[in-house]
Amino acid sequence: MFRSFLLLAGLCIGLVSGTAVAADRDFIIVQSTTSTQNSGLFDAILPKFQAKTGIEVRVVAVGTGQALKNGRNGDGDVLLVHARAAEDRFVAEGFGIERRDVMYNDFVIVGPPDDPAGVKGGRDAASALARIADAKALFVSRGDNSGTHIKERSLWRAAAIDTSGSSGAWYREAGSGMGATLNTAVGMGAYTLTDRATWISFRNRRDFIVLVEGDKRLFNPYGVILVNPARHPHVNAAGGRAFVAWLTGPEGQAAIAAYKVSGVQLFYPSAR
Amino acid sequence: MSDSILPLSARNLRYEVNGTPLIEDISMTVAPGSFTVVLGPNGAGKSLLLRLLHGLITPISGAVGWSGVGSLRGRTLRQRQAMVFQRPVLLRRSVEANVRFALKWQGAKPAQLHEACEFALERAGLTDRRRVPARLLSVGEQQRLVVARALAGKPDILFLDEPTASLDPASVQRIEALLQEANASGMAMVLVTHDIGQARRLGQNIVFVHRGRLVENAAAEPFFRNPQSAAAGAYLKGEIVV
Amino acid sequence: MGDIQAAFSLAANLILTGDKDLFEIVGLSLSVSMTAVAVACAIGMTTGAAIAVTRFPGRGAIVALLNALMGLPPVVVGLGVYLVLSRAGPLGVLGLLYTPTAMIIAQAILVTPVVAALTRQVVEDLHREYDEALKSLGVRGIGLVRTLLWDARYSLITVALAGFGRAVAEVGAVIIVGGNIDHLTRTMTTAIALETSKGNLALALALGIVLVGISLAVNGAVSGVGGVAGRSRNV
Repeated sequence: MFRSFLLLAGLCIGLVSGTAVAADRDFIIVQSTTSTQNSGLFDAILPKFQAKTGIEVRVVAVGTGQALKNGRNGDGDVLLVHARAAEDRFVAEGFGIERRDVMYNDFVIVGPPDDPAGVKGGRDAASALARIADAKALFVSRGDNSGTHIKERSLWRAAAIDTSGSSGAWYREAGSGMGATLNTAVGMGAYTLTDRATWISFRNRRDFIVLVEGDKRLFNPYGVILVNPARHPHVNAAGGRAFVAWLTGPEGQAAIAAYKVSGVQLFYPSAR
Repeated sequence: MSDSILPLSARNLRYEVNGTPLIEDISMTVAPGSFTVVLGPNGAGKSLLLRLLHGLITPISGAVGWSGVGSLRGRTLRQRQAMVFQRPVLLRRSVEANVRFALKWQGAKPAQLHEACEFALERAGLTDRRRVPARLLSVGEQQRLVVARALAGKPDILFLDEPTASLDPASVQRIEALLQEANASGMAMVLVTHDIGQARRLGQNIVFVHRGRLVENAAAEPFFRNPQSAAAGAYLKGEIVV
Repeated sequence: MGDIQAAFSLAANLILTGDKDLFEIVGLSLSVSMTAVAVACAIGMTTGAAIAVTRFPGRGAIVALLNALMGLPPVVVGLGVYLVLSRAGPLGVLGLLYTPTAMIIAQAILVTPVVAALTRQVVEDLHREYDEALKSLGVRGIGLVRTLLWDARYSLITVALAGFGRAVAEVGAVIIVGGNIDHLTRTMTTAIALETSKGNLALALALGIVLVGISLAVNGAVSGVGGVAGRSRNV
């Protein structure tokens, strides 16, 4: 009885890990963010890279904070995130090398159509947030140290508003990825800051609309970083470099520009 | 039977639970090939005594001694005894599988296993029901099976704790016949019962237990004709002995 | 609600058109969880049975601990396994993170206490029933454990199903150690989490319906086997 159990278990583990390790197929692990994943960009452009180079790209989509932490631990080969200050620190501390600009899009403030704080049509994100704070209108924050969250905090600072005292009252910190945060915001009729790519591809918008956009401070640049192979020798540096080269080269940049949802381009190539 | 584990001799057995003595100073001997009936009112300690002799529980003081343990012929002391309990204990398997299970643990060699199994099934009258799940049999059939299985293991001694207490008369008759047949071929028996009739039918020696003490130990005929102790006398008359 | 209605028809559609992605996800969920349960049963049933029949100092504490571990939060197990399998962790060199193997390990850790605790209870009850008779036959040690486990087989099937339910329904552990990587470590539950975060609520719900259906099918198949094996089941 036991022998057959153990045999079965061993067989299964062998089979499954066999397929996972998969005949020495070349692959890289990219730590990226949920917003990039949810926008569908990877599904659109990665097959092109794989067809060209034969390298399989495995994307782990987590919050920016977690992506950087994973990178520090060496649990990935390449990082693709959007938090410039954190990226620079990552490189300065020796965990990453060869940081390149890849693409950008912008953030927008979305909210309920009845717009209780009256911010619709504004082009100044900081003053919009100030109006929201004055009206004590519900606002949902990512609250997870993601690129979006870092941007949001900088905007509150620009508006000279301290939200810490209002946490749990009108300022709700969801501690979640962009999609979950949007679900929450839509569910409670609250304002929130989101990147446009996620918003356009999000399918649970109900009646929410974009209320504030166009502020230069809402610029959202993405960077790609190779995890430092000197720090973590097991990193697939060759594969990682090939990916970075492709992504910032003409083909990758064209693929990024070509990705549209409902006829709208979500990311703008910016590699130099 | 120089390599029998009998005679079994118990000396000054004492057993307590939470300081309350349940068996006090019992000494007795079981000779090879004998049929001993342990008689007495409920709660006297008969079942406890049986379990002490069979080694299922350990006495607080006193000892149970076996003979000829030097030459066990490859079977352990445990394997040369067997016990039948008041309610038949059978595994969730077929009749035949239950028999094989017990025989294997009683040390039957592969060569003898088949023969012993057939013997047990035949004696129990269950040969054509061998594949039936054992627990589907009637209580009488189950107990017949248990007894036949115990006998097929060819122990030197068989302990029985009120084996027919809740059975119908036909089953009682069949089982008693099995026991007498086995005893006639040299197997010792120690049977606990509170059924005087059964004691009369089967017993060669009677051990009367009352309140944890061995009150009388005699051959059957003189015991029934002329019990020496007051408790035994009252019991045989059908009085309630507290 | 519109989402719920849409979900049912979506679910039917996905199944009937043999959606490739769906079948891939279902296949991975089943293989990961079933393997984890097999491992958990091998370890848990022997451990549970051994504890059931042995007396040793501190036994009560061990039993209480085992029962408490049934409530291990999946996300905590996932985090723990991640820390061990991460490149920065003690077993990082094995490179198991973000593979189905890591998911199996995490789920096996989650399910083993469930199987062990329940097995212990089942076997202990049985042991009480058979104790004297088996002692009389001299059945001890591994032989005793084997005998009791086989005798308890119908109850143990239910125990295994309980373990399977816990495994196939959890998302916290597999999403951390597996990374929810498309075509590699995406299971039903992680796919549901993903579609929910994309706002595809109808699709998420549809996947949920399929998952419940699969669970029902597995339970049905196993009970069917148990029932057919003998009307005398558990007699």
